[in-house]
Amino acid sequence: MIGVTRKTARAMLSRGVNATASVRTHMHFKFQPDDAPAELGATEKTNMCNAIKSAIDIQLARDESTIVFGEDVKFGGVFRCTDGLMDKYGSDRVFNSPLCEQGIAGFGIGAAVAGACTIAEIQFADYIFPAFDQIVNEAAKYRYRSGNEFDCGKLTIRSPCAAVGHGAHYHSQSPEAYFAHTPGLKVCVPRSPIQAKGLLLSAFEDDNPCIVFEPKILYRAAEEQVPVGHYKIPLGKADVLREGTDMTMLSWGTQIHVVREVASIVEEELGISIEVIDLVSILPWDRETVCNSVSKTGRCIITHEAPITCGFGAELQATITSECFFDLEAPPQRVCGLDTPFPHVHEPLYMPTKWKLIQAVKEVMDA
Amino acid sequence: MLRRVLSAPLRSLNRFASSASFDFNPVLLHDIAPADGPPSSGTVTSEEAIKYYTQMQTIRRMELKADQLYKQKVIRGFCHLYDGQEACCVGMENAIEGTDDVITSYRAHGWTYVRGIPVKEVLAELFGRDLGCARGRGGSMHMYADGFYGGNGIVGAQVPLGAGLAWNQKYTNNGGISISIYGDGAASQGQIFEAYNLSKLWKLPAIFVCENNQYGMGTSVDRHSASTEFYKRAGYIPGILVDGMDVVAVREATKWAKKFVLENGPLLIELKTYRYHGHSMSDPGTSYRTRDEVQSMKKTLDPITGFRKRCIDAGLLTADQVKSIDKEVKKLIEAETGEALSSPEPSMDGIAHNIVKGGFSKKKSIFSLNGVIASLSFSSHLERKKRHSPNRYRPRSLSKSDLATLTAHMSTTSTCKRASRASSGVTSYLLNQQKICESQFPSTHLRNP
Repeated sequence: MIGVTRKTARAMLSRGVNATASVRTHMHFKFQPDDAPAELGATEKTNMCNAIKSAIDIQLARDESTIVFGEDVKFGGVFRCTDGLMDKYGSDRVFNSPLCEQGIAGFGIGAAVAGACTIAEIQFADYIFPAFDQIVNEAAKYRYRSGNEFDCGKLTIRSPCAAVGHGAHYHSQSPEAYFAHTPGLKVCVPRSPIQAKGLLLSAFEDDNPCIVFEPKILYRAAEEQVPVGHYKIPLGKADVLREGTDMTMLSWGTQIHVVREVASIVEEELGISIEVIDLVSILPWDRETVCNSVSKTGRCIITHEAPITCGFGAELQATITSECFFDLEAPPQRVCGLDTPFPHVHEPLYMPTKWKLIQAVKEVMDA
Repeated sequence: MLRRVLSAPLRSLNRFASSASFDFNPVLLHDIAPADGPPSSGTVTSEEAIKYYTQMQTIRRMELKADQLYKQKVIRGFCHLYDGQEACCVGMENAIEGTDDVITSYRAHGWTYVRGIPVKEVLAELFGRDLGCARGRGGSMHMYADGFYGGNGIVGAQVPLGAGLAWNQKYTNNGGISISIYGDGAASQGQIFEAYNLSKLWKLPAIFVCENNQYGMGTSVDRHSASTEFYKRAGYIPGILVDGMDVVAVREATKWAKKFVLENGPLLIELKTYRYHGHSMSDPGTSYRTRDEVQSMKKTLDPITGFRKRCIDAGLLTADQVKSIDKEVKKLIEAETGEALSSPEPSMDGIAHNIVKGGFSKKKSIFSLNGVIASLSFSSHLERKKRHSPNRYRPRSLSKSDLATLTAHMSTTSTCKRASRASSGVTSYLLNQQKICESQFPSTHLRNP
């Protein structure tokens, strides 16, 4: 154990003040690429934002009714996910909306009900709240309240979410839990370019309004060999990324890469075998895969960036406890963001880092 | 000194005046009779000339400093600069009292300064340091002061708040008003129209100000708004269009507007202005407008150069005075930057402050700070509050038991306990963690803490 004297602390602090920039530019995770399934054909090295662009491009090409809109979408979008699409398909299909999220959502619902495949972009997930009423009260309930006469299944809302290192309160939130609480919607979070493209293409064709929250830090940080053609990744199916016997760790989005790193560390250093599951789909979520896994291993840690109280981990923990109770060796645990607004300067303390996860693994194994 | 005075150009020696009258571009009116509109000229004394010039120049240099420091990665995150728009905040501030309320969008540095926060606290807030006006917690978009309700990240969300502030002004009946500022991009947000209706219905003393800098992020006004006459957008609320690059025009319009809203209910002011930087520091500002356009605005319509020229021509200021003000401002900014840079980062236990007053249950939780006390003040915070508002704030000082409970409620990893004992900030906690973990897992090549 290292003891920190006052002198060392002061030295560290002064070093810290100057070294602040270099420490904070490191990402808290390392992206781990997957291989594309061989049956999907030729692949190309693509980052996540280009994979998303490819998905939208394919959809615009195969379905004449598709429209794409949102703030700054026409010139390519603030993350360049729609770059070049206006030139290719014209500005009556790829266009800007003014600064009005409620209007974007409402307009999108209307266009979808009328039959157009509608891809609406909310520029940052933090801005989705003015649109919350439209999504929850209109989009989610359309089919139900009209007795299947009408629906807005052709609506897909895509929005960059999650921590980016310097986003602070309004450019870092993960609001998936708010929408998971709304029957009638489908919500998913891709972890990689292959997932992003496949999930989007599934969402476009799904008969229900879908929200795809794309972790923005992965737009450029994540590069993989992505199949160039059309393919779908089914919504509602979780991915077992690593087989294990001692514990199941469950997450989604950027956090999955932290979990994978933790799994290799504890395997190497402590000999613990972790089964890593990417939930992929928040609503509906794959109860079967998750509960089978937890019944096999007997221990579970759930982790996500959103604040812990009533984050989606709470639903997972509750279901796992009730379904797998007699197979559990230890109570399921959650390692999540703290119950604070997403901090500005305190972000490194807020995040469920790999060190917190390793600590949690040790404690759950010892329980 | 005498030699310098004697050798100064004759013009500046002879034409020293104590006050002068400035004409400005006529104000366009919506739903107001021409006879009842604001004046088309205003008087400026030499003291006022010095004050306005100094304020505008300070804001300009502060924003340019922020630009420089952002590029050096000392400031991170989002940073929206106000240079080009100085006349708006300086003009308005010099027409209102400290007891009037102001609320604005994220482009808030200029307003924070004129509402009384010293440059070093604005800069320290940008750096995320303890000296910052929001203790480093808010960053660029969330700066507050007495009578200044921020600094708001979500576009348009501040306008209904401003209507609420106006209601309070009416209720307390002290002759005060509220000013709610938003940009041309925000003018399409639904909640702004809700705020218009509320304030007109209840005849609130609210001035709604649209700082129209011609671009909503990267989209020009004619591409994001069906009607670009923002001062008419509220329909049933009267409006005026003012030249936002002329500090005297803005001041006169605001003086008139304050009297107007206290008698007649809400008013909409559109300030036509321009920003030289892009929307934020991530935006070069040249992909949706030409560099020539920016340069020509700087040459022809710059609020500072324009005001300077008029004051010198009218004999209110001499060229030497202006030069010495420029030098003083530069020195001030350098000194304040240094002080802000040497301020420490907020302490680690600050992460759980100010979430909920009274805190949650005291039950300790391994993986979260659910049971941490909120709303504790530190002495430097007390001092600053006392300085700004001796009457409004009643602080609670930090007691020994508070500190003990705080450290007890920290995350139970031994790393944290050690770091908090050393009372160091976020960075040294991270460095500490890195050391611990490298010692525990020597074989893993992990760079970042």
